Amino acid sequence: MTENLNVFAVRTLTQKEYFSPGHRSCQGCAEALAVRLAAKALGRNVIIANATGCMEIVSSPLPYTAWRVPWIHVAFENTAAVASGIESALKVLMRKGRIPHKKIVTLAMAGDGGTADIGLQALSGALERGHNFVYICTDNEAYMNTGIQRSSATPFGASTTTSPVGRVQMGQITWKKNMPAIAAAHNIPYVATACPSYPIDLVQKVKKAADIEGPAYVHILSVCPTGWRSAPELSIKLGRLAVETGIFPLYEVERGQYRLNIDFPKLKPIKEYIKLQGRFRHLTDEMIGEIEKRVHREYEQLKEKAGKGV
Amino acid sequence: MGKRIGMEVSIAAAEAVKQANVDVISAYPITPQTHIVEHLSELVANGDLDADFFCVESEHSALSVCVGAAATGARTFTCTSSQGLALMSEITYITSGLRLPVVMIISNRTISAPLSIWNDHSDAMSIRDCGWIQFFVENGQEVYDHVFAAYRLAEDNKVLFPVIINMDGFILSHVIEPIELIEQGKIDQFLPPYQPVYQLHPDHPVTMGAFALPSIFAETKKAQEEALRSSMPKIIDTWKAFGDMTGRYYHPIETYQAEDADTLLVTMGSCGETASVAVEEMREEGRSVGLVKIRLWRPFPFEAFKKATLHAKQLVVIDRAISVGACGPVASEVKAALYGEAQRPSVYNFVAGISGRDVTPSDFVKMVDKAEIEIEEGNNEGFEIYGVRG
Repeated sequence: MTENLNVFAVRTLTQKEYFSPGHRSCQGCAEALAVRLAAKALGRNVIIANATGCMEIVSSPLPYTAWRVPWIHVAFENTAAVASGIESALKVLMRKGRIPHKKIVTLAMAGDGGTADIGLQALSGALERGHNFVYICTDNEAYMNTGIQRSSATPFGASTTTSPVGRVQMGQITWKKNMPAIAAAHNIPYVATACPSYPIDLVQKVKKAADIEGPAYVHILSVCPTGWRSAPELSIKLGRLAVETGIFPLYEVERGQYRLNIDFPKLKPIKEYIKLQGRFRHLTDEMIGEIEKRVHREYEQLKEKAGKGV
Repeated sequence: MGKRIGMEVSIAAAEAVKQANVDVISAYPITPQTHIVEHLSELVANGDLDADFFCVESEHSALSVCVGAAATGARTFTCTSSQGLALMSEITYITSGLRLPVVMIISNRTISAPLSIWNDHSDAMSIRDCGWIQFFVENGQEVYDHVFAAYRLAEDNKVLFPVIINMDGFILSHVIEPIELIEQGKIDQFLPPYQPVYQLHPDHPVTMGAFALPSIFAETKKAQEEALRSSMPKIIDTWKAFGDMTGRYYHPIETYQAEDADTLLVTMGSCGETASVAVEEMREEGRSVGLVKIRLWRPFPFEAFKKATLHAKQLVVIDRAISVGACGPVASEVKAALYGEAQRPSVYNFVAGISGRDVTPSDFVKMVDKAEIEIEEGNNEGFEIYGVRG
């Protein structure tokens, strides 16, 4: 195991909070933690476009705001387009001398529904146009804000309010859409996966995404105790287990080159991850075995791409 | 006086956008709006216009890009038609709620189904309530002129609303008309660079687009409604200033031979010019007919409209859209405007010229004939789709 334990990175992280305390997220919300860390990584010179979703709702009940950096919410499906406009305006206004030249990062943020479903077209357009921006998908694997409905990022077998366990169907019947691969297929300079259970890795990836010229996509697995039916105090542990079981590998695709950030010679049994979540409690050993097979196959494929051999 | 040259109206519109020195343009191609974006692309490609032009992947994104850019302090432009407007409809409401001074030209076209690329006002009516200032123009010169008026108005700190310029697709967009161009120096004086009150910038962080609970939502809507209503004097001032610069004065409601007329035709958009020919013919025959043209659709100029029409016996309102199951949307508005008056003209409503079907001067005469007879016979709330077979 070659986990990134760069202690120096922790000291460089600001103590300032840009996503400030007092917002209304649920107990144990790893998404709020991911956003807090990402905001720290980017510092004050940032403008955020936030899609409709949990992070928007918990942070901006008029007349309050949790944001200490400039922030805009427009709609659900268009955050990549709004960010395109921000990035473009900054560029033009600096070129025309109407605002002073300095590096300002444009960050677009959306959940898995706002990214992999309704926002996919706007995201694809923005990646293709090559705007210099960072897109963060905080993936909690369902429409949690509206009450735990399935999205295309919901994993196989998970029970949600629209992929319920019934007499003839056992939760989500489709496999999780591979959003980072879709982003990478746009040939953008940087794609990464991250998880707030690995905070140093997450911060470094967000910083790298901001430094790279051109579009960068960071996909962050965000444990949601409310939707996953898990204990709030287990959110960090669950994030680690998602990585250690190979369900959510941490990797980067930098200018087409894949790199696994943490490589496990032996993955933990996925049952350790699954048994802690109520959304999977109906799964039979047979179904778990099926999921495990696919997880292992995909993990091996990823390793192959990263050039580490099978 | 500026140069007067013949050019396609879409090209004139694009030239105006160039002269307005926009910073960010974002659009998606749709007939009959395409000539505007094609010419703007050329202007940017040739370095004649220093702006970022994005041909985005949908109209929804086109307006969303403008929203992001306008919130950051840029002068932005988009244009669309028909299905494109329907697709961006969601964001039109948000643009107004966020009070962002985006300017959009709509090359008006029918909304499907059946699919039709030709002109009517069903697209404009589909977003009637989105909270933008909405103009309807009559000819190419007015399209060109209104671009400058629109930006000056939209960016006024006492206004801060997005503005739509409705121009009839094909009937205006694809015809060549003589356009008097305004010298750049005059435009730069009339329209200085945009100075936003609030903009997204790290030096002064603001939160835009917060959500509202029921305890505060109604107050925000009231503020928006009052602000749009009270933009009326600013609209009039802007047109006055524009008139002082060019000699072309515009008004929320404009009339032709209306002062003493018993019967008034009411039109919106390019058919006003055709209707004026019909009015002239009918006047020659000694008939007491005049014309009232609605230039400002939102905020609706209730007072000016009443002033122009209350003396008449009957109004013949021409709509180029249908509120299916009700009547023409202009007629509903007209009826609402007049309802509070004890003495008010009868209103007869024709839906005419939908999906680009020609409406000639003789059609206007026929409509007036029909309305006068129907009202004479006591049918004073008539509604019909004009000239339909079967």
